[in-house]
Amino acid sequence: MKIVLNGEPRDVRAATLSELLEECGFSGRVATAVNEEFVPSSLRIARKLAVGDRVEVVSPMQGG
Amino acid sequence: MKTFYGTELSNPLMLGTAQYPSPAILEQAFRDSGAGVATVSLRRESGAGQTFWQMIRDLDVRVLPNTAGCHTVKEAVTTAQMAREVFDTRWIKLELIGHTDSLQPDVFQLVEAARILTEDGFQVFPYTTDDLIVGERLLEAGCEVLMPWGAPIGSGRGLNNEYALRAMRAEFPDVPLVIDAGIGLPSHAAHAMELGYDAVLLNTAVARAGDPVQMACAMMRAVEAGQMAHQADPIEARDMAEPSTPVIGKAFLS
Repeated sequence: MKIVLNGEPRDVRAATLSELLEECGFSGRVATAVNEEFVPSSLRIARKLAVGDRVEVVSPMQGG
Repeated sequence: MKTFYGTELSNPLMLGTAQYPSPAILEQAFRDSGAGVATVSLRRESGAGQTFWQMIRDLDVRVLPNTAGCHTVKEAVTTAQMAREVFDTRWIKLELIGHTDSLQPDVFQLVEAARILTEDGFQVFPYTTDDLIVGERLLEAGCEVLMPWGAPIGSGRGLNNEYALRAMRAEFPDVPLVIDAGIGLPSHAAHAMELGYDAVLLNTAVARAGDPVQMACAMMRAVEAGQMAHQADPIEARDMAEPSTPVIGKAFLS
C-alpha cells in the first residue's frame, strides 16, 4: 500500500499505524499523526491505514 | 515568587536546547548554569531523538515543549498534542509564527489556539508581542502566563520596546511574565528582571556564544542580579547630581 511517511512516499505492508511503526523500525518515544490529526499511542493499534495516508512520526528534538 | 501553573521555579532562567556546538556543551551549559527549564521541540524521527531525550531526562529539568515553526492553529494544536504525549507534560510554549522575516507571532491565531489548548487541559505559555489587548485576550482564553518578545527571535537586540514592556508589567501585576526571545547579552536579561519580569527565556545568545557554558552562567548571574535588584526597590533616575557625601560638617578650607 502506498502511503506518505514523514514526507516520503513509501510502499508498506502494514494495515494499521502500530504495524507501520514496527515495520519501519520506529521505537522509543515517538508521537504520531495521520492526515494532520494526532493519533494517541493507545489508538495506534486500531488506526487502520488507507492508500495515500500522510503519516507523521516525530520524536524529541532540540528547540528554543 | 509567582508560580507557573502552580510550579515554583528555583531560578528565573529558561534555556533553549538548540544550536549548541555539541550535545556535551549543551549538557554542561545546563549543569553549570543551573537553568531549571529547558525548551524542546518535536521533529520527524530520524534516529537522534531518543539520545537527545535521554540526555534531557538526565538533566532533571522542567521540560517546556514548543510549537516552533507552526503557522496555523491546526498545525500548532496537533503539534501540542503530540508534544504532550512524547514529553509527558501539560506545559506548551505556544508559538504561532505570522511573519517570515521577523518571526512575529500571529496573535489572532495565537489567541484561538490558546483557547483550544486550554480547554483541552494544556497549560499554555504563549509567545506573544507586547500588545496589552492581546495579553488580555490570552488571559481570557485561559492562559496563566504571558511571554512577550523582547526582540525578534535570535536577533540579540535586547528589549526593543522598554516602554511597552513596562506597561505590560504594570497592566498585569499578578500574572507571571516571561521575556521570551531577543536577548543577546546578560545586561538585557538583567534589564528584563529589573523591570519586574518573572523569568527570561533565551537560547541563541547562549548557544551561539563563543563559550556557551560561560555565557549560560553569565545569564544566570544576570537574571538573579536583576531579580534581586527589583526586589530591593531601586532608586529613580534624576537629571541633576545629588551629593551622596553629607555636606553638613565639611571643614572650611578655602
